[in-house]
This record gives sequence, structure tokens and C-alpha cells, in this order.
Amino acid sequence: MILNYSQPLEVTNLTSWLDSTLRGSLSEFWVLLIEFVIVGALLLAAYAVIALILIYAERKITAFFQARFGPNRVGKWGLLQSVADMIKILLKEIVKINRSDRFLFFAAPFFMIVASMLTFGAIPFGKALHAIDFNIGVLYVTAVSSLGIIGVLLAGWSSNNKYSMIGAMRSGAQFVSYELSAGFALMTIVVLAGTMQFSTMIEGQRYCWNIFNGHISSMIAFVIYLISGHAETNRGPFDLPEAESELTAGYHTEYSGLQFGFYYLAEYLNMFIIASIATTVFLGGYLPIQVKGWVDFNGIMDYIPSYVWFFGKTAVLIFLSLWVRWSFPRLRIDQLLNLEWKYLLPINLVNIVLMVILVLTGLTLTDLLPGIF
Amino acid sequence: MELKNVNIKGIPTAEFNDNEYLENYIKELEANGVNVVLSKIDELINWGRSNSVWPLIYATSCCGIEFMATAAAHHDIARFGMEVTRNSPRQADLMIVAGTMVHKMAPLIKRVYDQMAEPKYVVAMGACAISGGPFINSYHVVPGVDQIIPVDVYIPGCPPRPESLFYGLMQLQRKIKVEQFLGNKQR
Amino acid sequence: MRIDQRNKKTFDIYNIMENIKKLILNTVPTAVIEEKQKLTVTVTFDKLHLLAKTLKENAALPFDFLVKLIGVDRGEELGVNYLLCSSTDLSKELVLKTGTTDRENPLLYSITDLFETAQYNEREVFALLGIRFINNPDMRKFFLNADWVGYPLRKDYDANPELNPLSLESVDMIDIAPRITENEKGELVEDTVNIFGEDDYIINIGPQHPSTHGVMHFRTALDGEIVKKIDVHSGYIHRGIEKLSESLTYPQILHFTDRLDYLSANINRHGLCMAVEKAAEIEVPERAQYIRTIMDELNRIDSHLLAWACQTNDLGATTAFIYGMREREIILDIFEKTCGGRLIINQNVVGGVMFDIYNEFQKDVKSFIIYMRDKLKEYDRFFSHNVIALGRMVTIGVLSKEDAINYAVTGPAGRGSGWSCDIRKHIPYALYDKVDFKEIIRTEGDSYARYLNRLDEIEESLHIIEQLIDNVPEGDICAKVKPIIRLPEGEYYSRVEACRGEFGVFIESRGDKFPYRLKFRSPSMALVSAMPLICQNEKVSDFIGIGGSMDYVIPDIDR
Repeated sequence: MILNYSQPLEVTNLTSWLDSTLRGSLSEFWVLLIEFVIVGALLLAAYAVIALILIYAERKITAFFQARFGPNRVGKWGLLQSVADMIKILLKEIVKINRSDRFLFFAAPFFMIVASMLTFGAIPFGKALHAIDFNIGVLYVTAVSSLGIIGVLLAGWSSNNKYSMIGAMRSGAQFVSYELSAGFALMTIVVLAGTMQFSTMIEGQRYCWNIFNGHISSMIAFVIYLISGHAETNRGPFDLPEAESELTAGYHTEYSGLQFGFYYLAEYLNMFIIASIATTVFLGGYLPIQVKGWVDFNGIMDYIPSYVWFFGKTAVLIFLSLWVRWSFPRLRIDQLLNLEWKYLLPINLVNIVLMVILVLTGLTLTDLLPGIF
Repeated sequence: MELKNVNIKGIPTAEFNDNEYLENYIKELEANGVNVVLSKIDELINWGRSNSVWPLIYATSCCGIEFMATAAAHHDIARFGMEVTRNSPRQADLMIVAGTMVHKMAPLIKRVYDQMAEPKYVVAMGACAISGGPFINSYHVVPGVDQIIPVDVYIPGCPPRPESLFYGLMQLQRKIKVEQFLGNKQR
Repeated sequence: MRIDQRNKKTFDIYNIMENIKKLILNTVPTAVIEEKQKLTVTVTFDKLHLLAKTLKENAALPFDFLVKLIGVDRGEELGVNYLLCSSTDLSKELVLKTGTTDRENPLLYSITDLFETAQYNEREVFALLGIRFINNPDMRKFFLNADWVGYPLRKDYDANPELNPLSLESVDMIDIAPRITENEKGELVEDTVNIFGEDDYIINIGPQHPSTHGVMHFRTALDGEIVKKIDVHSGYIHRGIEKLSESLTYPQILHFTDRLDYLSANINRHGLCMAVEKAAEIEVPERAQYIRTIMDELNRIDSHLLAWACQTNDLGATTAFIYGMREREIILDIFEKTCGGRLIINQNVVGGVMFDIYNEFQKDVKSFIIYMRDKLKEYDRFFSHNVIALGRMVTIGVLSKEDAINYAVTGPAGRGSGWSCDIRKHIPYALYDKVDFKEIIRTEGDSYARYLNRLDEIEESLHIIEQLIDNVPEGDICAKVKPIIRLPEGEYYSRVEACRGEFGVFIESRGDKFPYRLKFRSPSMALVSAMPLICQNEKVSDFIGIGGSMDYVIPDIDR
């Protein structure tokens, strides 16, 4: 109980209280049903809210990079800008297109949104803020997030538009390539952590984050993961599938209204998902900064709730991603594939072997300096 | 009942009093009266729509450059939330026709307009788009884009300064704010 | 000593031109040679190709740069004027004239095989005057739709709008081009060619596209991501400025020049003013020349900044775009303080300038020069050495020097291919013979050379302004000019260096207050005509990037 008093802002108490109250009066089936519904609704709400916040943040940060103001008319500092956008998009006409594959055309945005939703559900946002903790969490996230590409390919194909088609093909090539790198980078850390379960992986990083634990190898894996994750989200300098100046709007050229809104949301959410997986796997997830032996310091750090740590670390990574996006010109498709197949992938393969050697020979920081880490 | 109190940040409502057409429309609405609930929802919808006008730039000549200047750091159209220029007509709310329309282009602008999703608005930017401007006597020039598609706001100038464009866009916001989406008998 | 040299130079020119005259008479004995503003040679239409070929292959002084191709309705006959000049020395000019009296079915011989740049110009002449060119491989109308009734630039054109009503029907693109060729027996054969193959995957880039810099329409055949062939369609902003000008007085025409290439508005206007001043023999006051030159150079910086910004934007770097526009805004402020305009500034008038510079002009410009130098360094750090940017520009879209001359690509793009084509150096006008500046020449011919050329030219322009800004003399800003100017009968040419290359004006006057025929040489048209050549076998994304590096302005092409 003492732990709970030291962390008054955590939601652990709330969830366990809810659970025990429900169990006190209802049967197992109803308890689970009610809890599932609540969790589902909360996730959906969080999905929308995070996307809106991200859209606003990106516009403001972009403006900062570009020596502009950014939205500042709607609400204080333009805070309600993305709410206005949402209202507008919800009520916008959905155009039905002749000579397109009607069924696939309508199904495609759902693939996109469902894929990112499924991934979103498996992310540990904080203590007791983890909807489901698979023992193969890393594998699950990698597998499910790659479903989104089906949405993109279907959109490109069913729109019956040449720009969409080119965009979708580019996206397909890009996604398949970079998924490989991202997967390998995660595997490197799985080797280090010895588990695929997010909760165990996070607990193992209490005093030494994975990025430090595997030093050279982890750093390389982290950088590769950021690059390939960034590429997977189709954002500049890897935004070829949309490539505003070339393909007007890429694979979602023909989508309007809410369907376009799905793609728009999914784009931002994917950015968040990539950043949060990187946080979980490399940067100790929702755990605070802790140093072995410094009891007072650890106590203070623990006082800050876990979800603040999680979102703080994620926000730093997102900022990094925005920084990259707004600083670089766009790659060409062959340069993009060269980068992956000629550089990232070989480096990755060597890196994974290096990590195995590090772990087997006991050269990780926790093995080398058990007193400190 | 105070039905339509149009508030645009930065410019007091009194400054807009030169627009007779809208003034009359508001008066008419006030005289007829609308269901309170519906009008509140309407206000919310219109607030959303008017503050999230994503433009499609149909730039054919000089005015397009002034739009670029408007979007850039010095004038910054992003303040109004309008920096999200959509190049795909399906996703745009507003078509800014910036430049001369000629016969060869006429079918194409009609097509792009038809491709846009409702609600859609058109702003004619610059003398050429309004009336053909200095080229009105030419054999190949359409005297005003309103010959082809309906226009909501005309912004005079050759080319209009970014400030004029802002004023025109605010007029459009104001126009959107007095729209009736729900409970409109004409619909 | 100096006088001797000058005399010798004049003598040399005289000598060279005498040789050319001899060469012409040797080739075509029936040619009529006149000494007008330029050396003018009139030949019958069947001899023109031969003469052009001889002149082009003349080793001593090859006339291999077709500056202008001007279709004229001379009343009795429909004719064409060709302004040729030598690519090694742009001041050696020669006008060839030919024509046909057949107004029903006018036919002339094409010179497309000698000068590639002639192709679009001949198609333009066909659209506007109805002259068809034998052996031109593609005789579709260039600006107008194929079903346009009448030929607007003919004097007897019926402008009745009922003949050409406004149609809102979308029509399919037809990729079959008619042509008329002469076979070995000397017979004329009319047939058609297919522009594209049967299973080509064609996408339409334009006319409404974010990165065509206006309303150009490139029909592009793709093989995967690789561009196989490009077919250029133009005329989506064809406003008929040349026809409109024929019923306006000279001061009234001035404002049209600003709206051609609106980014070099002031320089274009300078060109037309110069043509009229030369013809009417108006002396421009010294102070006006200073103001004109400074304004021209400011205009050039403005345009190059925008070109830089757009090129980076085409490559996907939005932030760089915003930075370029930010610096440009300071120049626009200076323009605005001077004459109230931002983009189109209406500063030059016949005889001088309309507005004097304001009190703090010098101070503003000087502080801008310091600021701009600093920013140029920032651009260099920020973009010029970026790995991705280099990958997108170096060795992409290579234009060789021969092709640059053949396609008449001038300006920063031509100089990026190693061709010295700066009119300011070759035929100095205004104050360019008094200031010291370098002509920036690079030999690589790729996108990156064009990109760097622009940044370096900004630096040179700053240097020019620096030399002039403190020495603006006192005096009038405009000569006394009658409100209605009548130019003496004749043909007048003027050439200036606009931001995208050589801008030229041709005025044919019949002693009236209106021009009989007015023609602008558009530098952008040459740039676009080279696009199909340099984009072949590049990727689609590079096609956009190359377009950005060529930096064409469409209303300049369509006029």
C-alpha cells in the first residue's frame, strides 16, 4: 500500500477500485463485458483526442520552424483549430466516384484506421494503462501495424486514378522495405531484453534503458528504428506516396470528407504509435528515470505519474520526427530503396549478430557494471 | 432573439457593414425565427466550417504568386487555419481562382469545381478572375470566372495584396457563419 | 589608343558583316539585303531553309541561335521574320524575312531540323496566323484548341464570339498530330503521326497541378516511374496580348508586359520601353537609367529568390520555400515604398520612370544588401550541401551546351550549360556597361548548376546595386514625351536580360500610334521546349525537380 501513497496521481487505485466494486455485485461475465466496453470506448476517445492534439502540435511546431505564427485565431492560441477541422470534416460530403471499385474504395480507409487502432490498443501508456499485455507484444505490434498498407494499396487501386495508383505503388514498395528494418531493429532489442512482452521488457529497464544497456548495438538499432519508423509513417523526407508537389495527394487523392479524415488521422496516429513503441522498447516506456542507490531521487521521480513519463518521452521523439520532416527535401523512390536495401538492412543484420555477441559474452552495461545499472 | 451574431476575431462586426446582401439575409433570418436548438447546432457547425477553410489554389497567373506570399512567413495564412492547401479538389473546401480564365481552361475549371465535395466555396481573386481584367477585350479570355462557376467572394486588385486576400477570406468566413445547415426550409 | 581600338572593332564588325552579306548573295543571289535597325534579308520561301542552313554552318561566325520567330500578317502576304544571332557573340544579328501570298492555304518550309526551338514557335504561328510549315513533325495548334475558328493574328480575323462560343464540355485529349512533309520527289504529303505508343501509360501533369509553376500541361508517358516521353500542351492562359496590343497606344501596352512574366515585370517593361525609345529617339535621363538598373536588379533578386524557393518546394523542402519568400518580402516592401506596387510595380514608362525613389531608398537597399548576403550563407548551409538535395540535383536533367543553343535556352539555365548568353554583357543596355559584374557560367548543365547559378546571380546583382546605389545623379526622372507616340515606319527589335533569360520585343510600325504587329520573345517557352529532351529517362519526381530548376513562368509562354 505504501507504493500507492507515494504515487497519488497514478490511476492504479482507480482501476483496481472499479474492478473490485464491479466484482462485488456482478458475475464474472458482466464484469468483463463492462470493463471491455469501457476500455474500448476510452481507447477510441484517446485515439481521436491524441490525433487532434498532434495535428495542432504539428501545425504550431511547423510554424515555429518556418518563422510563422501558426493557427492563432480559433480559441486561445488557436487551440481549437483542430476541433474546427474535425467538425468540418465530419460534415463534409463523401463523394461517390463513378467507375471505381465501390466496395474496396469504401473498405480501404477502414483497413487503415483499424490497423492503427489495433496497434494503438497494445501500447502501454502507463501503470495500469495497458489494455492488453500479450506475451508476444512486440511481434503482435509489428504484425498488426503492417496491415495498414493494405488500406493504402486498396485505396490506390480502387480509386481508378493514375496518381493514386502511383502513390499506392510507391507506398507499397516503401512500406514492405522499411517494415523489414523496423522489425529487425526491434528484434535486436528482443535479443537484449530476452522477452517479447512489453510489461517485462519495461520492468527490465528500471535502472538502465535498453538504449544504454546494449550501448553501441542498441544505439544503432534505435537510429535505424527511428529512420524506418519515420519512413513507415509516410512523412517527409519519405513522403513519396503523398508527395504533394508531384502526385497532388497520392493514394488518397479521390477521398473526401470523413474517409479522407481517416487517412489524415491515421497518418498522425501512426507517427504517435512509432514514437510510443520506440519509447517502450528503447527508452524505458512509462518508467521514470531511476538511479540505483539514490533513494530520495528515485522517490521524487516516482512521484511524477507514469503516463506523464510516457507521453513526455513520446513527445520528444515526435518533435524529433517533425524536426526531420520539416528540414529535409524529399527522397526519390530509387534513393529511398537504396537507403533501405543497401545500407539499413545490411547494417541491421550485422547489428543483430553484434547484439547476440554482446549478450552472450556479457558485455551489456548491466553485466559489466552491475553496481550502477 | 439575437440569432446571428457574427464574430470574426480581429475585425469588429461593424466593420463589415458594407455588405448589404448579408445584412439583409441576417435580417430576414431574424424576422422568420429559427428553432433554438437547431440554431445552436447550426452555429457550432458554421463555427467549424468557417474556421477550417482548406483552399485549393486554382492559380493561373500573377495572383497565384500573391497567394504564395500570403502563405509565407510575412503574412502567414496559417493564422486562420487555412494553410492546409489541398491539391486534391475532393478534400478542399474553397477554390481560390487566382488569375485569368481563358476558353481553353473553362471546361477544366468546371470539372475541378464539380469534383469538389460540398460544402464548397469559390473566391475570385483579382481583376482577371472577376471580369477578365485588362484582357477583357481579348478573343480568348472569359470575362469573369462567374460565367463558369458560382462565386462567393470577389477580391479586387491586380493582383490583390495579401491583406486584401485576408479581408476577402474573412468576408467568406462571415458568409459561412450566417448559413443555415439545419432547419432550412429551402433545403 | 582607345579610339584606335574602337575604330578597329567597328571596322572588324563592318568587315564581318560584309563577309556575311557576300555569303548570303553567294548562296541566294535573289536575296534582297537592307540595312535597317538590323541587317534584313528578304528571300522567297523556298530559299529560306537553304540560307538558314548556310548561315548556321558558317564557320567564321555561325548564326546558330534563333532568337525570335515572328509571324506577321503583312496585308498582301503572310510572312515570317527570323531573328538570328551568333551564339558566340550575341551582338551579331541578322533578320531573315520570307512570306507567301497564298492566304487560303499558306505553306512555308520549316527550319525545325536546324533550330529545335523553332518547333513550338512554328506551331504558335500556325495557331495564330494559319501558316503551316512543311517538314515540321507536329503541326497541331499550340495555344488554341484544334477546333478554333479563324486565325486571331490575321488582320481580317472575325472576333465575333458566336464563332467561338465558350464551351464547358470536357473534351478528350487527342494524341494524333497532323503534319505535312515533302518526300524525295518534291511532292507534299499530308499524314498524321501518333504522339504516343498504343500501350503507353500516360498521366496528365497539369494543367491544374501544384508543381507545374502555372497551368502547363505535360502529357507524360511513363514506364514505371521513368519518364518515356513528354508531350507539351499550352495555351491554358493564352490571353491574346499580342492581338490586344494592336489596338492600343504604346503607353497603354506597357502594362501587358508586366503581366507576361510577372516575376520579372520591371525588366520586361524595360524592354518594351527601350524598343519604343529607340524607335522614337527619346533620350532617357541619367537618373532614370540609374533607377531602372537598380530596380531591374532588385527585381532579378526577387525573382531568383522565388525561383529558389519554388525549386526547394518542388524537391519537398517546404521550410526552405518559406525562407525564400521571407527574404523576398523585404524587396517587395522597397518596391511598395517606391511606387505602391508589390509584384507588378508599373515603374518604367516610355522616357524614364514613373516614380522617383524615396528619401530612405538608399538606406533600405543597403541594409537589404547586408541582410541578403547573410541569408545567402544561410541558404548555403541549410540546403546547398544537403545530401538529399544533392542527390536530387547533381547530374539530373543534363542539358548540353549544343542543346542549350539549339533550343535557345538562355538565362541562368543556359549559362548553367556553359553558354555565355548574358545580354547585359553582350549588348549592354541601361548602365550595364558602366558597372562591373561577372557573368556566372557553369559547364555541368544539370539541375544543380542552374540552382547554384541563381544563388550566385543574386550575389552579382547585389554587387551591381552596391556600385550604383550611392551614385544616383540628380535630375529628371522622365524625358518629355508626348502622350501619343507615333513611331516612324519600320521594324524595331530590343533585347533585355530578364530573370529567366532573354526577353525580346519586336515592333512593326506603320507610322501609326498603334503598333502594326507586336511580338514578345518569351524566355520561358525555350525552357519548356527543352523539357521533353532533358527529362527523358529521368524519374517522375525528377521531372518535377527539373521543372523547378528551369523555373519557367507559364503566362510568359502563352502571352
